[in-house]
Amino acid sequence: MKILVCIKQVPQKDAPLKLNEAGTWIREDVSYEVNEPDAYALEEALRQKEKHGGEVVVITAGPTRSQQVLREALAKGADRAIHLEDDRFGALESTNTARAIAAAIEGEKFDLVVTGLQSDDYGAAQTGVLLAEILGWPHATIIIGIEKTDSGVHLKRELEAGHYQFIDMPLPAVLTIQSGINKLRYATLIGIKQAKMKPMRKVSYGEVEAKLSKNLQRIERLYVPVKQKKTEMLEGTPPEVAKKLVEHLRNTVRVI
Amino acid sequence: MATVASPIAKSVAGGSFLIENRTPAEVFTPEDFSEEQRQIAETTSQFAANEVLPAADQLEAKNFEVTRSLLKKAGDLGLMAVDIPEEYGGLAMNKTTSAIVADRLSIYASFSVAFSAHVGIGTLPIVWYGTDEQKKKFLPKLATGEWIGAYALSEATSGSDAMNIRTRAELAADGKHYVLNGEKMWITNAGFADLFTVFAKIDGEKFSAFLIERGTPGLSIGAEEHKLGIRGSSTCPLILSDCKVPVENLLGEAGKGHHIAFNILNIGRFKLGAACLGGARNSLTNGIRYAKERKAFGKSIVDFGLVQEKIADSAIGVFVGESMAYRTVGMIDHALAAIEGDAAHSSREIQKRVEEYAVECSILKVWGSEMLDMVVDHMVQIYAGYGYVEEYPAERAYRDSRINRIFEGTNEINRLIITGWLMKRAMTGQLALMPAIAKLMEEVMAPPSFDDPNALDEPLVNEVGLLASAKKIALFTAGAASQKYMAALVDQQEVMGELADILIQVYSFESALLRAQKLSASSSTSAALAQAMVKVHAEHCFSAIETAARRVLAAVAEGDMLRTRLAIFRRLSKHTPVNTIELNRVVARAMIEAGRYSL
Ligand SMILES: Cc1cc2nc3c(=O)[nH]c(=O)nc-3n(C[C@H](O)[C@H](O)[C@H](O)COP(=O)(O)OP(=O)(O)OC[C@H]3O[C@@H](n4cnc5c(N)ncnc54)[C@H](O)[C@@H]3O)c2cc1C
Repeated sequence: MKILVCIKQVPQKDAPLKLNEAGTWIREDVSYEVNEPDAYALEEALRQKEKHGGEVVVITAGPTRSQQVLREALAKGADRAIHLEDDRFGALESTNTARAIAAAIEGEKFDLVVTGLQSDDYGAAQTGVLLAEILGWPHATIIIGIEKTDSGVHLKRELEAGHYQFIDMPLPAVLTIQSGINKLRYATLIGIKQAKMKPMRKVSYGEVEAKLSKNLQRIERLYVPVKQKKTEMLEGTPPEVAKKLVEHLRNTVRVI
Repeated sequence: MATVASPIAKSVAGGSFLIENRTPAEVFTPEDFSEEQRQIAETTSQFAANEVLPAADQLEAKNFEVTRSLLKKAGDLGLMAVDIPEEYGGLAMNKTTSAIVADRLSIYASFSVAFSAHVGIGTLPIVWYGTDEQKKKFLPKLATGEWIGAYALSEATSGSDAMNIRTRAELAADGKHYVLNGEKMWITNAGFADLFTVFAKIDGEKFSAFLIERGTPGLSIGAEEHKLGIRGSSTCPLILSDCKVPVENLLGEAGKGHHIAFNILNIGRFKLGAACLGGARNSLTNGIRYAKERKAFGKSIVDFGLVQEKIADSAIGVFVGESMAYRTVGMIDHALAAIEGDAAHSSREIQKRVEEYAVECSILKVWGSEMLDMVVDHMVQIYAGYGYVEEYPAERAYRDSRINRIFEGTNEINRLIITGWLMKRAMTGQLALMPAIAKLMEEVMAPPSFDDPNALDEPLVNEVGLLASAKKIALFTAGAASQKYMAALVDQQEVMGELADILIQVYSFESALLRAQKLSASSSTSAALAQAMVKVHAEHCFSAIETAARRVLAAVAEGDMLRTRLAIFRRLSKHTPVNTIELNRVVARAMIEAGRYSL
């Protein structure tokens, strides 16, 4: 199987976040890491390759610093990497990110594309699904098990409340992978050493720009919720107060 | 040896830090780690956090099967292959990488001791002194952790005095074996090691090393010691009773075993310094987490100044320790990378280059072990009652830390090495210490002048000046002591010890300062934090240097001579202190916000 893994670089989970001056995103001087579900997607791809042979290619869209996630993937065993390298890629909405990726892999003929379920920063859970749409391929989300069959793949999806769904799907397809599907491997020292020798193709913004549309979505303002404390006395007989309280909790505070 | 050149442009003589000035661009710092080294650091940290730490209880109970399987996993990742040449199954990476692994692995001391003994004293003697056959036979197994190594030098009656061992070797009548008799003590990994490098004197005279496989008839392993700390590591005596060792297992030349014993120690010492960093970072993380949770007087205790001071102290310890350790391995790597052609494979050449930095390696060992002791002590204090019981991590870290001042040469022995080695180089003219002292004496007699005006723009201008004064005090004090005692200084151990402390402080001060200056070019938050840490550290070093210098001066002269010297000393040590209380708060707040040591 020839598998593409989409990987995003996100701020480290425990990094203290500070807003930038414009209040539109966080400051750049944080530590970054591989988006967690993407790490599981990569691991799954590597396991499929180990079982069935083929090739694992990793791709990311983002500034120069995001090359780090590709290096890590190469160190873990991916065969080659594609970097859509430009600061502007970081600001694209999911649709355009998917368009950029689709443009970068034109002519590649993958059997399978895997992405993480969602990103730990924006959390939109869109890119994988949109990529399937653009490629005209079927997709399935929240995957926690992949088995290759003669006709395609047999998949296990996680539903709510401990329910699962099993589906069979033809290839090529796009799958978004849930964290915890497997046990992540470490990059070995020999892998890290050899990664430097593996091919990394760079794709500039200009090369894919024609395929992108105008970003319709923009972050206006990002802020930390302000803690507020307000005391309100409810008047009336106990049954009346109880009724008002329930209404309040339901309609104003919206916790029940 | 495939070493990667570090970004330092200049070769630096060992010990020269006292008489020469370095620029920030000339020192290697953690900020200079390559992408590959960062990834290796990450792999090592993850392995330590996800595999080793969760097994700590089993390891503490001396379940050595678990230890062995973790060592094997470390081997599978390649962590044991860093210092081994490629032709013997190794990765032939540089010493910086090796220090990074020691640093990041050391969040649980017992395992890191087992690991370090294996990759260091257990493996390096073969890498450096083994014949091609010996290397082929043993290194591939040691590189993967299939076999574990140990090193048996110490005996019940000779530890520091290592040349005085009693274990004997005699060549058997058939000429094919040596027969060894004696007892070794305190042997790390002995309980499960497969291969021992054992030191013995051939015919009671020729100090030599032998490779002895577990199971060799006549070799038996005694009972585990009951230790204060690192209880998850194995420490046992070895008993050699007519132990028959094939002649081809003699390591290095007969009678030259002391080269092996001493050279391996230099590497061991800088790695011990690096390992102390990992331990300190981990303790600090625990301490900060606890201090945030613990409430007293209606507040988190992390809000109290005296708690913050401990956090700041510990963080500065890590920052300074990193600066010193990676500066030193950077110098070593630079020296090793400069070896050309076939000599690059010559163990003699490699050792010569490493030995050049013997003083710096000893400084790292002493400073790192004492820094870690300070940090774990602070952590017990932050946890207080909970720091005194086994259920919380502070107690174990406190016990585990103590060994670092004892093995790899006690801190006393290392202090004597620091001063003794520098003095020896000064006497032989290898290091221009005497001319520097003479120049200083001229200078101090002349009226005061202003220091380098070019430096005035620099945010750490005060510290730059203070470092210059610190070096002058060091030279002045060393000059006074050597003037009185000359070569007999070695008999004045307390003076040697104080001088070593001055040297250690100077090296730590300068390393931290250079790193902070180098950082000034980078992101503003790290740069500002590093500056704050250096300012606090500078004050600390300076007062330690002042105290030590005063003691030495008072010990080596009296009357008018003493009075004249004290007048000079006062002039050299004159400075206005900065507000370290406020700076400590800045440092502590940054660490508390990050929840760990973070720059
Ligand atoms: C847990 C553990 C693991 C160890 N692992 C190993 C191992 O794997 N292999 C191995 O070979 N050894 C090992 N050792 C031994 C260790 O290296 C020695 O304990 C150490 O070198 C000190 O020797 P000693 O205990 O005999 O102390 P001594 O040499 O008797 O020293 C006692 C005290 O006297 C001081 N002293 C000694 N000589 C001088 C001097 N000339 N001037 C001033 N002060 C002096 C010392 O600093 C110390 O304070 C280990 C020890 C321990 C506790």
